[in-house]
Amino acid sequence: MSLEGAIAAHRFGLGARPGEIARASADPKGWLLGQMNGPAPQPVSPDGEPFENAGALVASEDDYKVRKFMRKGEKKKGLKGVKGAEKPAMKDGPGNLRRKTYMREIGARFALGFTTDRPFAERMVRFWSNHFTISTQRHKIMMFAGDFEREAIRPHINGTFEDMLFAVCMHPAMQIYLDNWHSIGPHSLAGSKRQKGLNENLGRELMELYTLGVDGGYSQADVVAMAKLLTGWGVYDGRPSGFGFYAQRHEPGPITLRGKTYPAGWDGGVAAIRDLARDPATARNIARKMAAHFISDRPPKDSVARLQKAFVESGGKLHALYETIVGDPAAWDPRLRKMRAPVEYVTAAMRAVGWPRGKDPHRQEKHARRLIASVRLMGEVPFAAPSPKGWPDDSEAWSGSDGLLDRIEWAKTVGEEMGSGISAAAVAEAGLGPLLGPVTKSVMAEASSQGEALALLLASPEFQRR
Amino acid sequence: MTTRREILRTMTAAGALALWDAPLRVAFANVATERRLVVVILRGALDGLAAVPPHGDKDYAAMRGQLALDASGDAGLHDLDGFFGLNPGFAGVKAMYDAKEAVLFHNICSPYRDRSHFEGQNCLETGGASPHVFNDGWLNRALAPMGLDNGTGAVAIEQSPPLLLAGKAKATSWMPAAMPEPETAFLKKVRALYAGDPELGASLESALNLQNEAMEMSDDPGAKNPKLKASYGNLVPLFRGAGKLLASANGPRVAVLDASGWDTHVGEGAGSGALARRLQALDRGLDALKASLGSHWRKTAVLMATEFGRTVRPNGSGGTDHGTGGAAFLLGGAVAGGKVRAEWVGLKPSVLKDGRDQPARTDLRALFMGVLADHMGVSQAALRTTIFPDSGNVSPMKGLIRA
Repeated sequence: MSLEGAIAAHRFGLGARPGEIARASADPKGWLLGQMNGPAPQPVSPDGEPFENAGALVASEDDYKVRKFMRKGEKKKGLKGVKGAEKPAMKDGPGNLRRKTYMREIGARFALGFTTDRPFAERMVRFWSNHFTISTQRHKIMMFAGDFEREAIRPHINGTFEDMLFAVCMHPAMQIYLDNWHSIGPHSLAGSKRQKGLNENLGRELMELYTLGVDGGYSQADVVAMAKLLTGWGVYDGRPSGFGFYAQRHEPGPITLRGKTYPAGWDGGVAAIRDLARDPATARNIARKMAAHFISDRPPKDSVARLQKAFVESGGKLHALYETIVGDPAAWDPRLRKMRAPVEYVTAAMRAVGWPRGKDPHRQEKHARRLIASVRLMGEVPFAAPSPKGWPDDSEAWSGSDGLLDRIEWAKTVGEEMGSGISAAAVAEAGLGPLLGPVTKSVMAEASSQGEALALLLASPEFQRR
Repeated sequence: MTTRREILRTMTAAGALALWDAPLRVAFANVATERRLVVVILRGALDGLAAVPPHGDKDYAAMRGQLALDASGDAGLHDLDGFFGLNPGFAGVKAMYDAKEAVLFHNICSPYRDRSHFEGQNCLETGGASPHVFNDGWLNRALAPMGLDNGTGAVAIEQSPPLLLAGKAKATSWMPAAMPEPETAFLKKVRALYAGDPELGASLESALNLQNEAMEMSDDPGAKNPKLKASYGNLVPLFRGAGKLLASANGPRVAVLDASGWDTHVGEGAGSGALARRLQALDRGLDALKASLGSHWRKTAVLMATEFGRTVRPNGSGGTDHGTGGAAFLLGGAVAGGKVRAEWVGLKPSVLKDGRDQPARTDLRALFMGVLADHMGVSQAALRTTIFPDSGNVSPMKGLIRA
């Protein structure tokens, strides 16, 4: 086991499963880049039923709203709603349809993270999902969150930034989360009939967060222009993508964005997004984010510049970014400088103990879902970031006192639940390899049980950082 | 008593609640004074014209359209002085106003003039003239001048302190839900693990200190677990927890709460919908804060501010987009209240910034400075040199605090 093998598994992967550091050690960079071909693996539901596509979920969301309306009507005794509507069984009642969909997706996503043999690919899936944040803070998103990652992110992790950006913009989750499906061109056919109009939310965040960055060179007028170009993009029940373009809502053009004039219609919006994807400011924004993700909160300027150059010169090929960051010596610094975010931390712990360790599939599913509550206590819920900016990526956001105590308590619980019948020292050797420090080793050696030793391993500084 | 480990063991049940949990955080700081200062960050850009509607302005009804509020009906606004009013959800704030314990501000904003939430919040919290000038919070810089240099530290009731309280003066973090067991042999061993790690070591120590204090003061079984119980609509457990900590003799003297849910782009519901309900939840939280502070309320000032206001006219979705000027609030027994302080210029299209936003006529930092100076005894020199060094000719507001 080499130090570079351990860094590959922890800093670029999701934490080592037993035997993984040994496998990565012969050629750590080759091991990482070898995982980056084609789409990322898809999560598999433990009940064997395939997940629904976006179009089917749009229909499910509609069903959900109808049921909610009917129940409301019943509660209010026909004040406004439907009289004598059949009371839906509690199991399928409102809330449950969204929650059930969300929990099933997240359970499967956790399980994939715990077991995948392409952990670098999975890491990038999560990086991009957090970059293009959608959030269940808007409750409607619960229905679409898992699908968003399955259909808009995973197929594109080795494609171009542009491909992913289009998939994201055209996904119902993004349309709904940032209100674009409600946005109507004031001078469009629909707009002049109804007293409805523009919503700037997606237009703004598309530039501020997803592409150019806040200092990327755009004005309030550009936000309005981008919003106009996006009018008519919306949610469509009845085709697999769940997406449609409504010409009657589209603001007539031409529209000038950042000094360039675009024609009205579908083509105008597409051309504008393409230009944003290819803008040098976008390259810089993505480069800064990726360098900070893998190197440190304040990465070297050279590292950012190299990523930016790779982005520009490859035309936004994401694989070129992965080659660049994996090839950057600064990313292989043996100091562990980034605190793992809660989902990453729980994932690394479950990988170290070799989850699921013989549990039957039903219990596996239950356990993976239960862990959602654990990460919640530590301050992170998948697809529930407080704002479109996503979950914080800086280390300091996760090293504060309260979150730390939550991790320690959780580590203790895991030790008690999973510690019997294992050798914690062996888990530590296989899991951290050369990253395991002498202090942790000696404190573990004095533990009163294997369970306590495992808990101490999971609580140790070298396990909390990567 | 529900222990933390029991919580962790019943994770399935907790998961159900967790998904609906409130995005709200609280932070505290220990101060050697009897005065209490609470800062509530209203993250997401609160619509000031819905919270403190200027219903007597002649352009108000026409400009606000479907979002205009009036005093009639069940969802009627609370009139203050025939010109300004309070949102229907603000019954408790109205009572404070009547008791001369509330000052309302209008046409107020941080110096930030663009419309990004994240930059706006950065300005609000760092106190800089523009975003990213400082990498610490103005409240953190004010801790030493307020007499916090005693090393007991400040506290954030969150995973880590918000930027407002982050910086050189070390602040710890604590969340009322996370009531761990008292120190065990296991924690001693974890201490040994962190002996060589200054960051995690210090983090652990400050967390443990706070836990002890919290365990001693907590007597309400319902309050032991607000992190799990607090729903999006219920801010009471966190505000009540904040009040209890502030009321304890050796507890913190400064608290930061962080409430979001104001980014009303769609279906704003200013009178009886989503925003009114959210304001009501905040109102109930404030009432709970007041109640749990008991007699300390009369030594308390509560400052509430948001990163910027919202557009005057409704957008196409029955909501409002990011704007500039807006409202702010100063509440508490220590406050010289019962008035609205605003350089009001009306709502005619010609006075609006870029033809769309309420203009900003008062710098929020003048309010912050006035409270720090007159309530917490911070010197002019400290305000000028360390807390708001690039505040130029902004001067502290006078007459905010009861003599």
